[in-house]
Amino acid sequence: MTFISYLINGISLGSVYAIIALGYTMVYGIAKMLNFAHGDIIMVGGFAVFLSVNSLGLPPLVGVLIAVIVCTALGVTIERVAYRSLRGASPLAVLITAIGVSYLLQNLALLLFGANTKSFSSVVTVPAIKLAEGQLTISGETIVTILSCVVIMIGLTTFIRKTKAGQAMLAVSEDRGAATLMGINVNGTIALTFAIGSALAAVAGVLLCSAYPSLTPYTGAMPGIKAFVAAVFGGIGSIPGAMIGGILLGIIENLSKAYISSQMADAIVFGVLIIVLLVRPTGILGKKIHEKV
Amino acid sequence: MALLEVRDLEVFYGVIRAIKGISFDVNEGEIIALIGANGAGKTTILHTVTGLIPSKSGKIFYNGTEITKMQGHKLVPMGIAHVPEGRRVFSQLSVIQNLRMGAYTRSDKKEIEDTLKMVYERFPRLEERKHQLAGTLSGGEQQMLAMGRALMSHPKLILLDEPSMGLSPIFVKEIFDIIEKISSDGTTVLLVEQNAKKALSISNRAYVLETGNIALSGDAKELMNNDSVKKAYLSE
Repeated sequence: MTFISYLINGISLGSVYAIIALGYTMVYGIAKMLNFAHGDIIMVGGFAVFLSVNSLGLPPLVGVLIAVIVCTALGVTIERVAYRSLRGASPLAVLITAIGVSYLLQNLALLLFGANTKSFSSVVTVPAIKLAEGQLTISGETIVTILSCVVIMIGLTTFIRKTKAGQAMLAVSEDRGAATLMGINVNGTIALTFAIGSALAAVAGVLLCSAYPSLTPYTGAMPGIKAFVAAVFGGIGSIPGAMIGGILLGIIENLSKAYISSQMADAIVFGVLIIVLLVRPTGILGKKIHEKV
Repeated sequence: MALLEVRDLEVFYGVIRAIKGISFDVNEGEIIALIGANGAGKTTILHTVTGLIPSKSGKIFYNGTEITKMQGHKLVPMGIAHVPEGRRVFSQLSVIQNLRMGAYTRSDKKEIEDTLKMVYERFPRLEERKHQLAGTLSGGEQQMLAMGRALMSHPKLILLDEPSMGLSPIFVKEIFDIIEKISSDGTTVLLVEQNAKKALSISNRAYVLETGNIALSGDAKELMNNDSVKKAYLSE
């Protein structure tokens, strides 16, 4: 029974990674860049909820909504100011800029909110459920996290399949020039991708802080990197890949903590990534790169 | 007034002056050929017209409106379609998804279906393969798909960049027959080709490009009999 409990917690943590990884993978797939500031958007989302719920006393759902709005606006602004002018620049320049934006966000948060750990009170009001005559308890946070992940996955897949904007994303991810010739606004499509990715990061921030209730300016850094690993693990650029990668990563991390060593858990997670990449360099669901002349 | 007017167009790649102040007209209903050797600037001109590369100076008018600085994606709803060199179909999408992408700027579902029917009539092979991934088509089929995709926007003016490149002689003939049909349906055609003989045989007028300048221009039939054209481009 404890194994099942660890497994469920792993899926829950993995769901958070998956939601973050979706942002990484969408931005990579469509804008062809690694947005290393993505993890710090999570932290901004956390602070937005913390300030609106704990300091201003607003209802939790309003707090979540504010976090989503703040993060979406932030993501679109970062894209407009920092990344758009670098379109067509070398990938290295873009990568360094993204790392710069990440440090900027962390240090701005440090300046505004200080380095003290804020204790975040969970915004989840769903009660825990007890199964197997009370031997297995699943917390409300776990339920909400896993459900959110499923809803986001279905929503995103439907959005890309069924809407014009989703089709535009597919076109831009494959060939920007050809997409322009179809009448697709490439800059607008990339901005929309950042908006969606950042909104998801806000949701991830809320879920993460509800499950692990401490908030600092560096809260987003480690989950951000893990989610990046998850995205690569699943096959960067692939939406189902991000999902599978995230959940597997959460399970591996939690089971390692439970049965091997909690200090070694991160090392094991990254070790598994290395092995996967040695065997399948494009990740679990990554496409092989075909070159057709 | 011509449908497309290009005036004193200059385009630079870095410090290299690729297009050296050229002017030309495309009148409604015409097939105009731009011919010339590799590197003469034919593709650059098309890319500049559809806003994929910025121009340094000069003006471009379409239907009387200046479009020189307009963003590329805004030209599609105005009626300009561009079939780029190398087809550039969306290889991970199916044939039908590619065609629907061509109608991206249109919203009337009924009209889109009518255009789709027309495209399938023009290219029966695309209907046979509509669920196949575009990347798995042969070169000639991809060319047909790229042209069909462009027609899905219901253009007034279609720019074709090297449609015969890399195709077998049978496909080349088929593609040129289709270009004539597109023209007789009322779409104006600006055709860039290295296959000068074929291009001149279906065009009304032509411009001969040499390293960023227009060296010669005039009636296509007359150019076909011009000695210097014969010598340089028709390999006779």
